[in-house]
Parts: sequence; structure tokens; C-alpha cells
Amino acid sequence: MTARRLSIVIAAGALISALMLSGCSSTPATDEATDPAGTPIATGTADELSGTIVVDAAASLTESFTTIANEFMELHPSVTVTLNFGGSSALATDIVDNGAPVDVFAAASASTMKTVSDAGLAEGDPVVFARNQLEIVTPADNPGQIAGLADFTDPDKVIAVCAVEVPCGAAAQKVFDAAGITASVDTYEQDVKAVLTKVELGEAQAGLVYVTDALAAGDQVNAIDFPEAAGAITDYPIAPISTSAAPEVAQAFVDYVLGDGASVIAAAGFAAP
Amino acid sequence: MSGTGSRSASRTGSRPASRTARLSARRLPRILWVPAGIGAALLILPLAGLVIRAPWDRVAELALSQGTLEALRLSLVTGLASTALCLIFGIPLATILAASDGWPGIVRRLLRAGVTVPLVLPPVVGGIALLLLLGRRGLLGAPLLAATGFALPFTTPAVVVAQTFVSMPFLVLAVEGALRGLDRRYEDAAATLGASRWRAFSRITLPMIAPGIAAGAVLCFTRALGEFGATITFAGSFPGVTQTLPIAAYLGLQSDPDTAIVLALLLLAVAVGVLLSLRDRWTGALR
Repeated sequence: MTARRLSIVIAAGALISALMLSGCSSTPATDEATDPAGTPIATGTADELSGTIVVDAAASLTESFTTIANEFMELHPSVTVTLNFGGSSALATDIVDNGAPVDVFAAASASTMKTVSDAGLAEGDPVVFARNQLEIVTPADNPGQIAGLADFTDPDKVIAVCAVEVPCGAAAQKVFDAAGITASVDTYEQDVKAVLTKVELGEAQAGLVYVTDALAAGDQVNAIDFPEAAGAITDYPIAPISTSAAPEVAQAFVDYVLGDGASVIAAAGFAAP
Repeated sequence: MSGTGSRSASRTGSRPASRTARLSARRLPRILWVPAGIGAALLILPLAGLVIRAPWDRVAELALSQGTLEALRLSLVTGLASTALCLIFGIPLATILAASDGWPGIVRRLLRAGVTVPLVLPPVVGGIALLLLLGRRGLLGAPLLAATGFALPFTTPAVVVAQTFVSMPFLVLAVEGALRGLDRRYEDAAATLGASRWRAFSRITLPMIAPGIAAGAVLCFTRALGEFGATITFAGSFPGVTQTLPIAAYLGLQSDPDTAIVLALLLLAVAVGVLLSLRDRWTGALR
């Protein structure tokens, strides 16, 4: 784990300097294949970026963005990245309606990003940096003997999904509609992590979360792929916020996510855009 | 404003009021008005903002929608139920706490801390604690599920349990405060005259602390009404079953802020109504 992280950091260092030399275009790095063979590079030297940025990110990005922010701060010692995770819709509301001092927004759906860009608050066009899809999770021992989406119609099973107001709930509804089933849901949770918690604690016998959340939960849950999930692929767009007090840092962070961050995001289970 | 007013009244009011001379605002140091004004503005202005920003042309339509009425009904029913539970368990608890001065200090302090902890605990943490005790795999929940096939989470009773957990401390503190301000000679007199312990408690003590109980019950009810974190964590969120007004307001905020504002107004109206009604009855009880 530490060895892998170290090599990611080294690769990150190499890539960010390459990116900075090439003028920080927002072209996403396609693969880990761009890794220039782990050339050891001293991180944090000759670095003029400084400042503090707030990154609002969807709850499902908790693990990957925590890693990315730590790497980014290692590269730029004078930069502080404050992460704020939550349901994408709530974050978007904070930015648009409440003027939250946010520098970068990474959403778990195109529609929540659209509310921000429609308000003229996104700097440039938001770029999709990851894709995600839903997966069934059950407690590790699968006490409800859940085998697939069809079990979600059984009123005797305890089922947790996101509320339709948040992206993961909208995706769940789309999946149910595509499968032509009426799910017998017991609780509509406020975000995807809340669904996962209910399943981890064994309160819900099955839930719908993103593939990445299931992966992050590790052995605590049992993940089941289901074919209907392909009908509700979620895009993750990212954009700097135009009211940022540190626009260079915000842009550099976005570029990092699109560049070096790609390997971290892929490792978390996201599909490349 | 009425909330803070009646709260402080509940603490001091149960002492014999006739002996304290009334404090006149004229004799206060003038400098107090500045922080007091800022404090009052901080408490009141956000509510004014809510009222001003409310989509008044759509209020009736949104407030009378089926989803809103369902959430309101659920909030009122569970709030009343949890207030009843608070009274049933909280009054005896407060009575014993008020009489615990002779106990070993450590026992007394632990008991008091235990009773007060839900006041300072983030409600979400309280919800998780409830899950670990009463959930399907909880210490008590697992045997209950095995024996009866019944699991508490995601049911309306779970909402009541969560609300009772967070609001009972308010009742206990209010009632204990009233008991400690009580003139014990009346109970002593009753005992001397041959009244049984129960009779002295029910006929002398309880009526004398009635204002404290009323204040505590109102605080309980309004706290239960606003409960969010412990409820959504322990009971979940399902329209008509566990989705109370605050949860509906939170979820509404994600898609339709107007609905959320109307739900918040409803909550505010119920809470202010209850607090105002207390104030009148309260002063009535004191006279």
C-alpha cells in the first residue's frame, strides 16, 4: 500500500511538472500509461503556487479526493486544500444560493454542475473526469440472500437507496425504471455514504451505491454487479469556481485531477471518461 | 424570543416569585443593550429572513400538498408520543436526581453526565449509538429480532425513540430545577399529617412543580419536532413512516428550495405557537 502510494506520488510529481511545462492544458490524461517510469523527482521545489482553496466534492469522491488533495499539497507546500464532501445537490445549492466560498466544485452528476454553470459560477466549461455506476451492496454475510435487482421488489427485505433528490437516488430510480420493477424501499437516505453506513451496520439487507463506494467499503460489504446498472452511468464533472480568490491554485488543482489524479481516481474504481 | 423567555422563566419561576422584587430595565447598565441587541438580532433575524424570502404566492399550494401534510402529521404524532414518553420516564428520573445529594459523588456525577450527554452529543452520533444498541445487530436489537422478528429501525416507533433520546434531557433538567427550588416543608407537613409517600408526591410535589413540568414538556416537544440527525440515522427516511418535517425540508432543499422554505415555515409556526401558548398558561399557573 505504502509502496504503491509512494510510486503514485513520484509519478504525480513527474506529471505535474510535465503539465506545468506544457502550459496546463485541461486535456485529461488518458491512462496510467503516461507514467514516465517513476523518475525520482524532488517534490515541492521551485514552486510559486500558494494560497488556500476550498474544494467541494461529491460524497462518493471522499477517498480519492482526500488522496489527491494530499498529493497536491505535497507538491505545493504553500498550498492548503480544504475538502468539503456532501451530496452534490446540497453543495451546488450552497455555491449558487448561499454564495459559499468555494474554489473548485466536483459534482456527481451533470445536472448539479449545470446549476452552477448556469449561474455563471463555473470558470470555463466543466470537464468530465470520471464515470461511475451503481452496484448492489449487502452486508458481508448477505443475510437477506440478495442475488440481484429483482430482490429489491421483495417487501420482506430491508432496502436502502438514496433519496431521488440526490444524484445517486435519481440513478437508482432510473435503474428501477429501466428494469421495469417497483422497488420496495424502506429508507431514502440523504447521500450515498448514508446508504453504505446502513448496509455496513447490517440495518439494511441491500442498498444501491456507486461501484467506488462498494470498493472503498472493502470486506465490510458484499458487492453484486447487475446488468441494469449500465443504463444509469453517472458523469463526474469538475470546474473551478469563477469567484475564487485563488484562481491559479484552483485551476492547478483541476488540472491535477484531470492529469495525475486520474490514476488515483481509477484506483478508486471509477471508469475513465 | 418567547422561547428563551419561557425557558428562563421555568428555571426561576418555580421559586416563590413574590419575594423577589421586579427588576426594572431602567436600572440596568446601558452597555448591556449592545450585546443584548446583537444577540437578539442573531436569534431573530434569520427567522425574519425565512419569513421574508418565503414564496408566499405558492405557500398554500406547497403547504397543502400531500407530501407536506404527511410529514406534518408524522412530526406531530411522533412529537406528541415522544413528549409523553419523556414525561413518563423523565419526571421520575428528575425526582430521583433531585434527591441524589446524599449519594456518593462519583455515582451522582456519572448519572448526571449520562442524563445530560444527549444535549451535547451531535444527534447523528446519538443515532449511531441507538443503532448499535437497538439496530438489527445491536446489543438489544439482535436478540429482539431473533425472538420476535421485529426490528426497530425504519419504523415510526424508531422515530419516537430517537426523538425521546434527544429531548428527554430538556424535561429532566427543567423538572429537576423546579424540584430543587421547591419548598420542602409542604411535603414534610403532608408526611407529618400521615400522607403516604405516593400521596405526598402526587398531591403535593407534582402540582407544585407543574409549571416546571409544563415548560419541560414544551421544550421536549419542540426539540422532538426539530429532530433531524438522530432520526435520519436511526430511523431512516420514508415518506409517511419515518420522514418527519425536518428531513423532508432537508431533502426538499436539494431539489426545490421553495418547498424546503415552506416546510421550515410550518415547523416554525408550530414551534412558535406552542411556545406562545405556554407563556400564557405559564403566567396563569404562577399567579
